[in-house]
Amino acid sequence: MIKVKINGQEQSWDGDPDLPLLWFLRDEAGLTGTKYGCGQALCGACTVIVDKEAVRACITSVNDVAGREVTTIEGLHTNGDHPVQKAWRQLNVPQCGFCQAGQIMQAAALLMDNPKPSHDQIREAMSGNICRCGCYQRIENAVHLASTGV
Amino acid sequence: MNFIDNSRKLRGFEKHVRVEKVSRRSILKGLGVTGGFVLAAPVMSRQAFAYETGAGKMPHGVVVDPRVFVSVAPDGIVTIVGHRAEMGTGVRTSLPLIVAEEMEADWTRVKVQQAHGDEVKYGNQDTDGSRSTRHYLVPMRQIGASARTMLEQAAAKRWGVPATEVKAVNHEIVHSASGRKLGFGELAADAAKESVPSIEGLKLKDPKDFRYLGKGQIGIVDLHDITTGKAVYGADVRLPGMKYAVIARPPVTGGKLVSFDPDAALKVPGVEKVMQVRGWPWPSKFQPLGGVAVIARNTGAAIKGRDALKLVWDDGPNGKYDSVAYRKELEEASRKPGLVLRKEGDADAALKSADKVIVGEYYIPHLAHVAMEPPVAVADVKGDKAEIWAPVQSPGGTREDVAKTLDIPEQNVTVNVTLLGGGFGRKSKCDFALEAALLSKELGAPVKVQWTREDDIHNGFLHTVSVERIEAGLDKSGKVIAWRHRSVAPSIASTFAAGTVHQAPFEIGMGLVDMPFEIANISCENPEAAAHTRIGWFRSVSNIPRAFAVQSMVGEIAQATGRDQKETLLALIGSPRIVKPEVKDLWNYGEPQDSYPIDTARLRKVVELVAEKGEWGRQVPKGHGLGIAAHRSFVSYIATIVEVAVDDKGKLTVPRVDTAIDCGTYVNPERIASQIEGAAIMGLSLAKYGEITFKDGKVQQKNFDDFQLVRIDEAPAVTNVHIVPPGPDTPPSGVGEPGVPPFAPALINAIFAATGKRIRSLPIGKQLEA
Repeated sequence: MIKVKINGQEQSWDGDPDLPLLWFLRDEAGLTGTKYGCGQALCGACTVIVDKEAVRACITSVNDVAGREVTTIEGLHTNGDHPVQKAWRQLNVPQCGFCQAGQIMQAAALLMDNPKPSHDQIREAMSGNICRCGCYQRIENAVHLASTGV
Repeated sequence: MNFIDNSRKLRGFEKHVRVEKVSRRSILKGLGVTGGFVLAAPVMSRQAFAYETGAGKMPHGVVVDPRVFVSVAPDGIVTIVGHRAEMGTGVRTSLPLIVAEEMEADWTRVKVQQAHGDEVKYGNQDTDGSRSTRHYLVPMRQIGASARTMLEQAAAKRWGVPATEVKAVNHEIVHSASGRKLGFGELAADAAKESVPSIEGLKLKDPKDFRYLGKGQIGIVDLHDITTGKAVYGADVRLPGMKYAVIARPPVTGGKLVSFDPDAALKVPGVEKVMQVRGWPWPSKFQPLGGVAVIARNTGAAIKGRDALKLVWDDGPNGKYDSVAYRKELEEASRKPGLVLRKEGDADAALKSADKVIVGEYYIPHLAHVAMEPPVAVADVKGDKAEIWAPVQSPGGTREDVAKTLDIPEQNVTVNVTLLGGGFGRKSKCDFALEAALLSKELGAPVKVQWTREDDIHNGFLHTVSVERIEAGLDKSGKVIAWRHRSVAPSIASTFAAGTVHQAPFEIGMGLVDMPFEIANISCENPEAAAHTRIGWFRSVSNIPRAFAVQSMVGEIAQATGRDQKETLLALIGSPRIVKPEVKDLWNYGEPQDSYPIDTARLRKVVELVAEKGEWGRQVPKGHGLGIAAHRSFVSYIATIVEVAVDDKGKLTVPRVDTAIDCGTYVNPERIASQIEGAAIMGLSLAKYGEITFKDGKVQQKNFDDFQLVRIDEAPAVTNVHIVPPGPDTPPSGVGEPGVPPFAPALINAIFAATGKRIRSLPIGKQLEA
């Protein structure tokens, strides 16, 4: 039995320990905010925060996060008012929105690590997250806005 | 070519599609809001505007009926139906916003309800072809005005005053003479008893009184849900007892399963069942390809189970498809005469007599849509009833196809339209929903079919592959006197009809025969090309290769004559005029030419606007270059300037992009900007990296490592969007797609300016490193 804390709640799993965290979150725990985009850590749609680090849930097994704390988009902020989320809304970042949970989690992790990133640092930190709609200009500006106070 | 048998499938082939009058069931139900606004008589759509659109010619046409689209609850909440699919364009907000504007509803008290697939009730729902605003601006205004008029009539009766003395103002009806006011909610029940006004008598708002339209200050309705992970996409639907499935499909289009061994897959923890899925023979339209499904308790187990399957395939007639060999075939075909589609003057003679002939042979490979949400659908089939939850651009077509596939009546099929995690044309084809329906029927349980990214890339409906060959003949003064354009590409029609070798009217109408240049001798030709994979609509469709070729050739002419690119472009566009190409059945995006002519004054204007705002001719640092391109598509006019920087290792970056768009009357300029910003990214992706290749009939790419997309660190530093203010009664035109086509040629022209290298083959890949 694997125990893992997700958004502050203890969850357990007695199935395949190698099951990717992504599918545990989405299909077993019902937390569908974390998205599948590639399954190979190439697009960042499944980004969650484990302890204080952004990880790709599609190549992280449930076993890998045993005893650790996982934060998904649903748990980022009680009311959805994390500075990154507010900045995203202020700049109307999303188009289709599918990649945005991963983008927001990546940005939130960046700001935990580096509260005042430069534009180059933002671009570097966000370069693992693909947006097919092409919202990059607004993503960059929203991360900057979140870091300077929304 | 005969499309009759496939007519209902060929959405977008308006010419061949059954033209239907608006016909609805005699009893239309309201929206189920108790005590709400249930309106009386159905209203036929008629044009009350200065222009007509092709909306009425789409399957099931347009329904203008406030009872279908609007309800008002006693608490005042106005519910407006969004009947198109939301894939990122903002349409789920924009169309209801039009209704709210005309109705004088307060947007903060409006709820948007997503329509399920029902074209009898809602009219055409195909969310493609950049049509939603252009086909629905007028009908949505009429619906809003009808609802407003009924509320006004109800208030006037209550107060015993003439209806002309009352007015709707921000969710209330006001009688200014007496100072009385009643909220929409208080009037809902009475308004429902009012008869629906005739469209001819409707008084539409004066645009100067608009609160929302054209302002761009309203965010999309799903913004909060998207940023908090609550938004529901196709992949996010969960039903009690639902099984998770992935399918192993034939690796070659037209291939078949010979045998399979499920034993190892069945040993994977969580895998419950392995079963064969029915496939349809090539060309299979939107029907499933067939294969073997692995059913499991979660998607991860299903994928792992599929990896363990032992499968033997017969690759069938396309097993030798090879992109290197096919390119040679296309190139050779482009060098010989083909089916002549447009002939003005005598291009052959003029090319022979020309002082100089410039030849450009341009290659644009297959592309995959790779929407961030790969195809996915949930189905629950019980007996002769089916319910589907899916991210589909074609809710009505999906309903029809599910009914046909399961052989049940269409009214027994409910298609719930989720948000789409990107569409780009891929989700106009509902094969994934049909797979889910087939599996659910067989299992007797709800099923989610999830495509992996590899499935999406291997088994898609790809953008075509084309060679566009242009010969331009110049006289001694450098004036272009002859233009021959041969386009060779497998047609989307090949996905529907075996033996297709020519492009369809809607493909040749995308930048080939509607080319607007003022040249005396023109020949547009289409040599034959047979398809060896499924070809489908991809955002902007044939405009991508056409704009790339035509606008690159403009750059080449400028280069050959030593003239400025922009001046060369304007000289070719020529005088401000309405172009009427000598073409049988000019497609014109399904729109009447009276309302949507090919207007070179508007094309010139976007060129001039982008040149002014984008500071054409500005000094740029060494290694940088500016390029320009303009194109009319989806009846909009657009011009783009790209500044590129190429370093000494051949690495390119894009410091700045400017785009000017004339899309006529518009609803939400903020979403227009987002579409154009995104189009620059998509254009840069396809120009730098975009290529799907085949070997032995199989797609060689598999995921984002070998089918790369532009990431944020390569994105243009800034994309500026300049929107042409519409004239009075200028018909609305497309926004979702027109931004893509001009980007690649503007970039390529900029690269020439920066480096002196002329790229004629996409993607750019490593060509600048040589």
